[in-house]
Parts: sequence; C-alpha cells; structure tokens
Amino acid sequence: MEFQISSKAKKTIFGAIAVGLISVIIGVVVHIDDEQFKTRILSNLLIDGFYFFAIALGALFFLALQYATETGWSVAIKRVVEGVASYVYVGIAVLLALFAFLTLTKGGYTEVDGHHLGHIYSWMDPQIVEHDTIIANKAPFLTKPFFWVVTALYFAVYILFYRGFRKRSLQEDVEGGTKIHYKNYVKGALFLVLFGYFSSTSSWHWLMSIDAHWFSTLFGWYVFGGMWCTSMTTIMLVLLYLKKHGYLQQVNDSHIHDVGKWIFATSFLWSYLFFSQFMLYWYANIPEEVIYFDFRIENYKFTYWAMFMVNFIVPMVVLMSREAKRNTGILAVVCLIILLGHWTDVYMLITPGTMGEFGCIGFIEVGFLLLFAGVFTFFILNTLTKAPLMPKNHPYLDESKHHEI
Amino acid sequence: MHKESAIREPLILGHKTYHDITEDVCRSIEGKAPKAWYIMLGIAMLVGLYGVGCIVYLLGTGIGTWGLNKTVEWAWDITNFVWWVGIGHAGTLISAVLLLFRQRWRMAINRSAEAMTIFAVFMAGLFPLIHMGRLWVGYWVMPIPNQFGSLWVNFNSPLLWDVFAISTYLSVSLVFWYIGLIPDFATIRDRAKSPVAKKAYSILSFGWSGRAKHWNRFEIVSLVLAGLATPLVFSVHSIVSFDFATSVIPGWHTTIFPPYFVAGAVFSGFAMVQTLLLILRKGMKLEAYIHTRHVEYMNIVIMVTGSIVGVAYLTELFISWYSGVEYESYAFINRATGPYWWAYWSMMTCNVISPQLMWIRRLRRSLLFTFFISIVVNIGMWFERFVIIVTSIHRDYLPSAWSMFYPTWVDIGIFIGTLGLFFSFYLLFARYFPVLAISELKTILKISGESYKNGTAPGHSDHH
Repeated sequence: MEFQISSKAKKTIFGAIAVGLISVIIGVVVHIDDEQFKTRILSNLLIDGFYFFAIALGALFFLALQYATETGWSVAIKRVVEGVASYVYVGIAVLLALFAFLTLTKGGYTEVDGHHLGHIYSWMDPQIVEHDTIIANKAPFLTKPFFWVVTALYFAVYILFYRGFRKRSLQEDVEGGTKIHYKNYVKGALFLVLFGYFSSTSSWHWLMSIDAHWFSTLFGWYVFGGMWCTSMTTIMLVLLYLKKHGYLQQVNDSHIHDVGKWIFATSFLWSYLFFSQFMLYWYANIPEEVIYFDFRIENYKFTYWAMFMVNFIVPMVVLMSREAKRNTGILAVVCLIILLGHWTDVYMLITPGTMGEFGCIGFIEVGFLLLFAGVFTFFILNTLTKAPLMPKNHPYLDESKHHEI
Repeated sequence: MHKESAIREPLILGHKTYHDITEDVCRSIEGKAPKAWYIMLGIAMLVGLYGVGCIVYLLGTGIGTWGLNKTVEWAWDITNFVWWVGIGHAGTLISAVLLLFRQRWRMAINRSAEAMTIFAVFMAGLFPLIHMGRLWVGYWVMPIPNQFGSLWVNFNSPLLWDVFAISTYLSVSLVFWYIGLIPDFATIRDRAKSPVAKKAYSILSFGWSGRAKHWNRFEIVSLVLAGLATPLVFSVHSIVSFDFATSVIPGWHTTIFPPYFVAGAVFSGFAMVQTLLLILRKGMKLEAYIHTRHVEYMNIVIMVTGSIVGVAYLTELFISWYSGVEYESYAFINRATGPYWWAYWSMMTCNVISPQLMWIRRLRRSLLFTFFISIVVNIGMWFERFVIIVTSIHRDYLPSAWSMFYPTWVDIGIFIGTLGLFFSFYLLFARYFPVLAISELKTILKISGESYKNGTAPGHSDHH
C-alpha cells in the first residue's frame, strides 16, 4: 500500500502554517518599532532554520550509522529515516539564504544612533572587529570567505550523501543482490568520518561564533547530542503516525521499543554532555568561560533550567519502563515534549548571544516555529509518498521483519 | 524467532554441538596446565613480587623515592592509575553496552574481558592509595564517622567523587561478572572428579541447580545489572577526567574531557582485550569461538574510538588557539615542541595514526598485525596520560618554578610490578575459571554456528 497524505493531514499542516503566519504577522505589527526587531526576526530564522535542518541531518547520520554498523532491525523503518533526512534540502536552502543575508549585512547589524547593535555574527562586522582584538585574533577562522568555503563544503557533502543513500535504497528495491548493500556500508562509514568532523566544526561557525569571545571544546558534541535526540524523536512520531493510519504493518512493537530506547539513550547522552560542559565551567569559575552560563542563568533563569530539567527528566522518568516505550499515547506526548524542549535548547544557544537580555518567547517565536514545523512535516510526508514504505531486497530485511525483543 | 541473515559471518566456526562447547571450555580447567603456563605465572609473580617490594620500600621511606618534585606533584602514579582504570573499561562495556546493542559476538569475549576489567581496577586503585602515603589509613577516603576531630572528606573534590565512582564500578562489575559465572561453575562442579574440586566449585556455584526459577532470577538480575553498569561505564572515566578538568590548569581544564576520556578508555580497554585474547585463544585452542571476525569487530571498535580520541585531540588543539588564551596555547605548543615532545609525538603516532591502519580490511583481519597494534595502542594510551599530566604541570604559570620529571627506579618498579600482578591474576583466572561464557555461547550456537547456518550440521546432533 502506497502512502498518501490524507486530506485531513493536509488541512492540519496548512492550518498550522496559516496560524504560524498569522502569529508572525501579529508579532511583527506589535514589535516592529522595537530596537531589537530585526535581530529578533533573524534570530528566529536561525533558530528554526538550524533546528529543523539538524533533525534532518541527524536522521542522515542515523541512516549512515545503520549501514556502517550492519544493523538489521532498523531496515523496516529505513524509509521513514530517509524521509526525515530528505528535509536537508529545505534546511540547507533556508540556512543558505540566511547566511547570505547576514554576510551582506555585516552579520545582520542594526544601526541605532550611528552605533552597530544586535548582530547575529558580530565577527562579520568590520567595525566591531576593528576594536576587538579577541575577535581579530580569531581570523582566519572567523572570516567570511573561510566561513563560506567550509559551509559550502558541508552542504555539498550532506546533499551528495543523502542523494546517494536514497538512490541506492530505491535501486536496491529493483535490483536486489548484495552489491548495493556493500556500497552503502562503505559510504556509510565514509559519511560518519566526514560527519565526525563537520558536526563539530560547523557548530563552531554557525552557533558558537554568535558568542564570539566564548569557546568550549565540547560545544560541537553537545550540539550533536541534541541533534541526534531530536532526530530519533521525529522518526518515532512519523512511525506512530504511519502505524496509526494502518501503514507499516510489519513495523511491530519491538521496532517501536528500539526507537524508544534510542530516544531514551540520546536524551541521556545530551544531558550528560550538557552537564559536562556546564559543570566544568561552573566549577572552575574562570570569568571568560563562565560568563556564558552566568548570562543565561541571570536573564533566562526559568527557560534555561526548565529546558534542562524537561530534556533530562521527562525522557528518563517516563521512558524508563518497557511498557512506556511500547505505548503509542505515552510516546506521542513524550516525543512532543522532547521536541519542544530541544527547540528551547537551540533557542538558548542562539538568543542570549544575539538579543542579549531582551530575548523572549512570544508571537514571533511561536509563529515561526509553527510555520517551519508545518513545512517540515509536509516535506517529510511528501517524500514518504514517493516510494514504498517497506524496502525490498535488503539483505537484513528478513531479520527486521522477524525482529522481536 | 530470531533470524540471522545469510550474509553475516558465523560466530562459531566449524561444527560444534552443545557438548563440544562444554568440553572445549572445561578442558583446560580439568586437564593439566601446560608447562608454558607455569613459566608465565612464575615470571608474572616474580615481577609482581618485585613491585610489592618497591611499594614496601616506598612506604617505609616516603613518597620522596618517586621522581615527584614541588612543580610536578602528579606523574607516573596518576598516569598509571588512569591507564589502568581506562583498561578496566572494556569488560563492562562489552558485557553491558554490547548486550544492550544485542551484539552476539560479545559472548565469546565478555567473560575474559570482565575478568581483565576487575584486575585492572585493582591495579588502578593501588596508585592513589600509595600516593596518599599511608596505606594503612587508606580507608579515611570514605566518609566514615570518626573521632579524628575535624577530619572529614571533602565532598567538593572530584578526587572523592572518584573514590565513589570507582568503588561503585568495581562492585557492580564484580557482581555482574560473578553472576554470569555461576551457571558455568555449576557445569564444572557437575563434571568435577576430584572431591576437592567438586567442593570448591560447589561453593563457587552457590548451589545452582539449573531450575527454571534459577534461570528466571538469573536473567532478571543480569538485566538490572546491565542497566546499572551502562551509566557506570560513562561515569567512571568522566569522573576520572574531572580530576583534571575541574582545575584551572591549562591543558587540563577543557570541557571535552569527560566524553573524550570515556572514548580513550574504551580504546585502551579493547586494545588490552586484544592482546590478552589473541594469546588466550591460541593457548587454550579456542580458535573456533574467538576467530578473525571477532578480532575484526574489536579492531573496528578500536578504530572508531581511536578516531574519536583523534578528533578530540584536534579539537583541543584548535580551541587552544581559537580561545586566544595564551596560557592555553602555550600548554599545547609546549606539549608538541617542548622538552617532552617525544612523549607527545609517541602518543599521536600510537593513538591517532596506528588505529587508522584498521581501515584496511586485510590488516584488521590479520591476527599478527592486530597483536602488534594492540600493544602500540596500550603504549600510546599510557603516553597520553603522561602527556596530559606531566606536560601540563611541569611548566606552570611561574617560569621560575618550571621543572622536569624523571622517573626513579621505584616509579618504574611499581608500574612494572602492577603489570606482573595483573598478569598473575589473569593467568590464574584462565586456569581455574571458565574463560568463555558456556551457557551464553550455547544460546547462539544454532543461530550463528557455521554448520547450522550453511546446513552441513548432521541432523539431531545436539546431544548434551
């Protein structure tokens, strides 16, 4: 049975997009005269642009991981993983447009009384760099040409690998044999190597450089932890939706249970990385390091701690039991909470650096989130209609169909 | 029912029956030990004894017999401590984490890897105890109500967290390992001929009868322990890394330390497992159970964790420049080009370059090459800890206080001694304990056994 997006789903998705748009418009009307208005819009584009792109990228990573580790059980959910990963196209388009705008506008500055304020990337503004030796010393890393060379490289590699995996996946359905399988094995390993570097280095350029003075060696892995967690959560939600509507009959409780374990494990991983980064800077209390956390705790106390508590405690407590990881209702609720929690994490990565103490979650934030979520969902579901949901001829397909734990 | 794809390599080679597995594992326990075993044990015990002698000399004379000085207050002792703790990571990773990932190949290696873990943690624990100077008051590190006035542990110190982390890890690993041994001890007990052996294994097996109820409880407790052990694998080395990273010393204080130490620990642990198993499988004729495929899997783990460690090195290097903190940059420049450059480049060569050779399929399936690389990695990981500890502190903020560290014969003697003790324990284990998990291996025989996979097994050959 081929998957079709039902009219009800379309209505819901376009409804969400419409509500999002209206919400953004209300926000724009109310806040247009704020000094931080432009920064706020740009921040939101970066938050949602990165957040949803990261989900897709995490799915691509997971796909490569399954190939490279010769995993059997996940074959039955492979098309869903591919579907989530397919959003890399849109994600990249949004980020490219945003980065191009920021490059052309000196990091997105706002001029107030002749002063440059409210950058996204202050290091892109020569007027700032001139008076800031710390940033100046970070050249050649923090320069526009280098930023663009590596960003283009990351995006090219991600698209190339996504297309390759997808093409071979569909080809395998027709041709069978093990040749494609072994090719995927090699390409999967290769992708993991590249991703191992890129996931860190890209997060330094795209996110860590917002707080241009600050640095942390763990930052890249921390961002990666959140990315992986949200990808598994999204994959779970898509699986639950498809199963609820009678698709993917061969995906059984054990598959769902395993994806649930991944959500549980990656939530722990993220929390562990959060704690490691936070605790070491907090304990050593070196001013130029701890300011990052001090500033967040001072100005965003509730949001910051609520974000950590939710992302750590909810999956830990709720998903601990075997039954919960097999219960559609519980899973759906927990997954939505995790997705919101990690959106807030990305919000906290970006907003304090760009908006200073003026960041808040209002119509604009909610609106953009809904807007992006709608487009994201539609794009994923649309990819799912393009190919049969159950792969054929994969050498481990039989293992996956008989998966029982 | 579990299916295994035809393209997966079998985990047990040739044709084996359930009975063969029991025979193959029990043979070395029931038979006479070969001369080589006595020779090896003799050497290991002598070396161990020498180490004990060095410890006694140190305790009688004082820490001054080590090469430490007013600037380098930690050196070989803590290097050895971290090195041994790291090695003690593989066993629990194999038995708990690989269990969660349903990696069946772990069943051939988990028992001996866990034994190695426990012995390695014993060796690790020795060093901080000796370093505290008065071995007989070592228990003061525990928060025990006492009458020593204001003497109380410092809960803010990561050194104390280490005490808790490592003792918890040791307890859980020990219990986990022992629980797994119980059914196998019972098998040996049932086969034992001499009354002494029968009595001994009878006590060791806790009256195991193999009833369904026993198996039921056995499985429940194994699962609970696996769940407990998994976070412990992460916590132990994270907390060991906190010993350094919570400080404000350039080269120590960096946020990537916890996960990077964990990866490094798994890296060195697997290298030690390779070294030991390659000898064990040959000496005990277990080639059908621990074969090229197992070695290859472990080499892949070594390659992956080695690469993670490599990425972490490069990240540290990069951020030391990017941060713009001159002390931080200097710490790294000094590592690479200062008086200890040779230690840094040994570390880089052994840990970053050598595991990359495992990308070549022929090399990672070559047993001789694997044996060589496993030793290289162990040397590299020792140097890593030496580099982190000594090069970061030998040139501190005050150039007038700069100094060098040179090990004395006591430093070297104690380290070599722990190697001797470790191998003595391991050799005794290999002689008297079932080195493969007999009952676990039997569960995968019909799924992953070569003759069952390709259909050459004679029908109904599974007599027990």
